[in-house]
Amino acid sequence: MREIFARKGAKAQLGNMLTKRIIPCLDIKDGRTVKGVNFENIRDAGDPVELGAFYAQQGADELVFLDITATVEKRKTLSELVNKISHHINIPFTVGGGIGSVEDVSVLLQNGADKISVNTAAFKKPQLVADLAKEFGSQCVVLAIDTKQEADGEWYVYLNGGRTKTDTRCVDWAKQAVEAGAGEILLTSMNHDGTKQGFALDITAHLAGLLPVPVIASGGGGTMEHFVDVFTNGKADAALAASIFHFKEIGIPELKEYLHKKGIVVRQ
Amino acid sequence: MKLVIIKYNAGNIQSVLYALERIGMEAIVTDDHAAIKSADKVIFPGVGEASTAMSYLKERGLDTVIKNLQQPVLGICLGMQLMCAYSEENDTQCLGIFEEPVKWFKTNQPGIKIPQMGWNTIYDLKTGLFKGIKENSYAYFVHGYYAALGEHTIATTDYIQPYSSALHKNNFYGTQFHPEKSAGVGEQILRNFIDL
Repeated sequence: MREIFARKGAKAQLGNMLTKRIIPCLDIKDGRTVKGVNFENIRDAGDPVELGAFYAQQGADELVFLDITATVEKRKTLSELVNKISHHINIPFTVGGGIGSVEDVSVLLQNGADKISVNTAAFKKPQLVADLAKEFGSQCVVLAIDTKQEADGEWYVYLNGGRTKTDTRCVDWAKQAVEAGAGEILLTSMNHDGTKQGFALDITAHLAGLLPVPVIASGGGGTMEHFVDVFTNGKADAALAASIFHFKEIGIPELKEYLHKKGIVVRQ
Repeated sequence: MKLVIIKYNAGNIQSVLYALERIGMEAIVTDDHAAIKSADKVIFPGVGEASTAMSYLKERGLDTVIKNLQQPVLGICLGMQLMCAYSEENDTQCLGIFEEPVKWFKTNQPGIKIPQMGWNTIYDLKTGLFKGIKENSYAYFVHGYYAALGEHTIATTDYIQPYSSALHKNNFYGTQFHPEKSAGVGEQILRNFIDL
């Protein structure tokens, strides 16, 4: 053992070789990708399977599929879609949107999802996080939090896709959910989402330093420098973005090359 | 080629089936002893908790079946850990194929998350399982326990310290990472296993 350590001694920063992850997010409605997608090199920009496969081939580290389908009866479309995705995509993917029970999750995992994300339902019934972690393991339970910094300077939890304010602080809910078994936090800053002015560095760094689980930063990524910031100053483990990838404002290979040049460990 | 995936009370088994389908291979997911024994290749995947999984395997006699397999066997993640002698996870005696012990990641370094979740490199690659795979290729990991380095190590990864990201002894192989989720690198490793 001593010899092995000596041999590897030259390799600096052991433990820091785990890469920072780049995660494109696809919004799905009735089985199709929504939000504009602008690609010349794929045939059907609305097909989530084709778009996901394209990102995987470009070097995305994971994918998130967020179902925004309103009606319950159309949920079956989602499990069929997840099945199709898992037959075509060779990287891990998370499925979220309207998940409220152990049964919902069981169906999605059986169809090949690697992780699921819960948001409003978990906040309303925190036992859900514990139940999911117990049944399927923390590694597949992602807690999504939509948060907004108010005039008092505090970050509060919002529900129902950002429409409903709560009086709970983001930090308190994140801590509680991780204690209950959430294995990862997907943190979206509503103040930053859609602005392309950069990620919410302070709250991301605060959660990433506080929690023993990875934090995925979401909302505000507009330039490659923003990704450098969120991984260094923001201490994020992963960064998620949607339209900048969909509209080819930033290509994943060039983003990874840029991060690599800035000394950030990424998979290339 | 009769390819069998062992069915038991662990997660992530379907993902392996789908990954094999992506590379054009059909497999059967079963816990039937005769079907497992008569397979050309056996895959033993899984994400879950060691003691629960071991009890389940023992209750169904699958522990003895797996230990005595003569054909190539590939354990993945929890599957590989269960093929080791002992796991610190709830103090569990495992199958004892590999002598390397399975331990919990411990660190005082700030900012290091446990479980390890994401892409990390594999190096010092040995055996035909890694044919055509470049040193320091990236693979996808999700785990809080790890197998220590030892004589059966055929791939090494650094997280807090170097540990076994793959093991090999006789007809038994194991990977801590998930080849079924490790993009092209993982698909090549699955093909290599099928070609063994």
